Amino acid sequence: MDKDDTLTRGEAKSAAETMTGAQMVIRALRDQGVTHIFGYPGGAVLPIYDALFKVEGITHVLVRHEQGAVHAAEGYARSTGKPGVVLVTSGPGATNAVTGLTDALMDSIPLVVLTGQVPTHLIGTDAFQECDTVGITRPCTKNNWLVKDVNELARVLHEAFEIATTGRPGPVVVDIPKDVQFQSGAYHGPHAIHHRTWRPKTDPDRELVAKAVEMMAAAKRPLIYSGGGIINAGPEASRLLRELVDLTGFPITSTLMGLGAFPASRPEWMGLVGMHGTWESNHAMHDCDLMINLGARFDDRVTGKVSAFSPGSKKIHLDIDPSQINKIVRVDLGIVGDAAKALREMIRVWKAGRYQVQAESLKAWWKQIDTWRAKKSLSYRNSETIIKPQYAIDRLYELTKHRDDVFVTTEVGQHQMWAAQRFHFQQPNHWMTSGGLGTMGYGLPAAVGVQMAHPKALVIDIAGEASVQMTMQEMSTAMQYDLPIKIFILNNEYMGMVRQWQEILHGKRYSHSYSEALPDFVKMADAFGCVGLRADKPAELDDKIKEMISVNRPVLFDVRVDPAENCYPMIPSGGAHNEMLLSPDDGGAISDAGKMLV
Amino acid sequence: MHDTKVKADNEVERHTLTVLVDNEAGVLARVVGLFSGRGYNIESLTVAEVDPMARTSRITIVTSGTMHVIEQIEAQLKRLVPTHKVTNWTDTRDGAKAGIEREMALVKVAGTGEKRVEALRMADAFRARPVDTTQSSFVFEITGSPAKIDSFVDLMRPLGLVDVSRTGVAAISRGPEAM
Repeated sequence: MDKDDTLTRGEAKSAAETMTGAQMVIRALRDQGVTHIFGYPGGAVLPIYDALFKVEGITHVLVRHEQGAVHAAEGYARSTGKPGVVLVTSGPGATNAVTGLTDALMDSIPLVVLTGQVPTHLIGTDAFQECDTVGITRPCTKNNWLVKDVNELARVLHEAFEIATTGRPGPVVVDIPKDVQFQSGAYHGPHAIHHRTWRPKTDPDRELVAKAVEMMAAAKRPLIYSGGGIINAGPEASRLLRELVDLTGFPITSTLMGLGAFPASRPEWMGLVGMHGTWESNHAMHDCDLMINLGARFDDRVTGKVSAFSPGSKKIHLDIDPSQINKIVRVDLGIVGDAAKALREMIRVWKAGRYQVQAESLKAWWKQIDTWRAKKSLSYRNSETIIKPQYAIDRLYELTKHRDDVFVTTEVGQHQMWAAQRFHFQQPNHWMTSGGLGTMGYGLPAAVGVQMAHPKALVIDIAGEASVQMTMQEMSTAMQYDLPIKIFILNNEYMGMVRQWQEILHGKRYSHSYSEALPDFVKMADAFGCVGLRADKPAELDDKIKEMISVNRPVLFDVRVDPAENCYPMIPSGGAHNEMLLSPDDGGAISDAGKMLV
Repeated sequence: MHDTKVKADNEVERHTLTVLVDNEAGVLARVVGLFSGRGYNIESLTVAEVDPMARTSRITIVTSGTMHVIEQIEAQLKRLVPTHKVTNWTDTRDGAKAGIEREMALVKVAGTGEKRVEALRMADAFRARPVDTTQSSFVFEITGSPAKIDSFVDLMRPLGLVDVSRTGVAAISRGPEAM
């Protein structure tokens, strides 16, 4: 085991300072460069809150529910590349954080979540606000710790940051009993701390990368399938991905989590892949002869029916997490490593070896892709009397695309898929959505976190009226910290995706998917003290969107959309990529009349 | 055409895995939780600290599944933060040497007369040694492969088998190298 860079016990002791556990927490956060904490106080974290009182350089954001704290930290982390930090109390504070932890684990978001715990002598006695936090959060964290000795606290805190941010990122929990927060012990800084076992492999094997380059040069119908791993590897990985496409001219598609890594404005971009992906992306994935998976995990939303998934292709899979390779789909070449490092090496080998693509075949492949594109699978029938949700997102995009500081978060459902299809991202870290877990209620608090990190930016939560009610209370947080987040609610009065599945798969029996009593969102905005807007007609949408953008305050915008609209294209669950539905009356190409094309 | 699908080989195999982990609170729960959470089987589990200086524990797990599942189990175990090393003693595809697997059991047999004499005779043949004797019972200690212990227990059944306590498998590699 490599211990060279770890201080010996004697050295660490001499470098140590004495302070209370609570002070250590604040000091460790400072030493880790933390500037924002999302939290909610309670009995078991009062000493830490006391140490936080009037601390300079760390902004604490008081949320209204612990789930909101975790999602806000996720939005913060995803939009900055830095770990998100959460501070909550024991018992319900910890259990309320569980949804956010699971969400962050599924989407590989680095979070350090600090939970208070009852004092050590009360652990196991069913004390007030006691719960087995490490037991409950074990399956929804990358790692977690219960710290019973104040002299272990500094080490654990620094290890927590190391584990959360290195290798495949993820959430960690440090559970700190109240007596440990009061006790005095030795603090040492992050330079002295290195986890004794955790050594993620980030350097890819060069001979595997060389082999990948050979496969790419030999490919006749190649396709790049990029994922959230490119985003997590940092902006450099996105830059290198662009360079790789410059070199090869290969077509590229992306998962939901990978949007923005490659600019949607470029001709090689085919749009989203998977269940609600474009006709061209899914058909290209089905028919390609080489699939280059860069930081994606063959999620079931992408693969559809695994036995019919891209049957004729060889597959390369780059992932930082070795357990993802051959998990769902058996690949021909698995490369374990950091995406930026692997891409850099790939480009180096390609250039050094003067590799060339199969130009003739690639040309024919592009021709085929263009015929799929001609299907214009994202088109829809617009209306002059009722706002179509697709139209609302198109207008939002058109009226904001001149800015490069637009951050979009979403809730979960139809609106999320429409946003992924139609809001075109040019840069990484500007798209925050709950992909793996599919957490309704993610978008509003995530927007709070994003706006906290980017005070001047335009932060929009593209929401549904059902999802947004799950964490609506965080509007109060936005008000408290003057965060001008824009909640763009596509209000169709239904849990739209549930309704869509009930229509297609359950004989139009809309069992409990209609909200018969909805709040008046404009009055609700008024109650929160923010700005409420409503649009009922397509003609008034543009002006209202402009108003939403121009007002420098939080906005709840109730966009009343067609309640019956469904999200297409769609691969019905269990279907293959070449079995997509394009519209409710799917019978081939949609006619030109009365349609608005994208 | 290359087969892209996960191997359709549905044959369930039994594998013995050893996981070397940091001996810290909750690490066993993390390993066991991984098995229950992902729907893997545990047929036996043996765990003890093996190096107090390095604070490492050795967990030996006998599990069963298709080869694809076994590969996933190994990958998921390696992914745990406190895991140092994972070794599969059953999978010798990459030229790895098979390990030695041993299990210990305490087997209680009660009875008198002919059956009692026969039990003692059988125990002798299996090199099981009586560690507790009364006029109407024996407790035998037996060590060997799980299959050997299975046969011994089967033989004791008609001779008055009362109780069995098994340790689960411990495994180690042959030759001079560590796991």
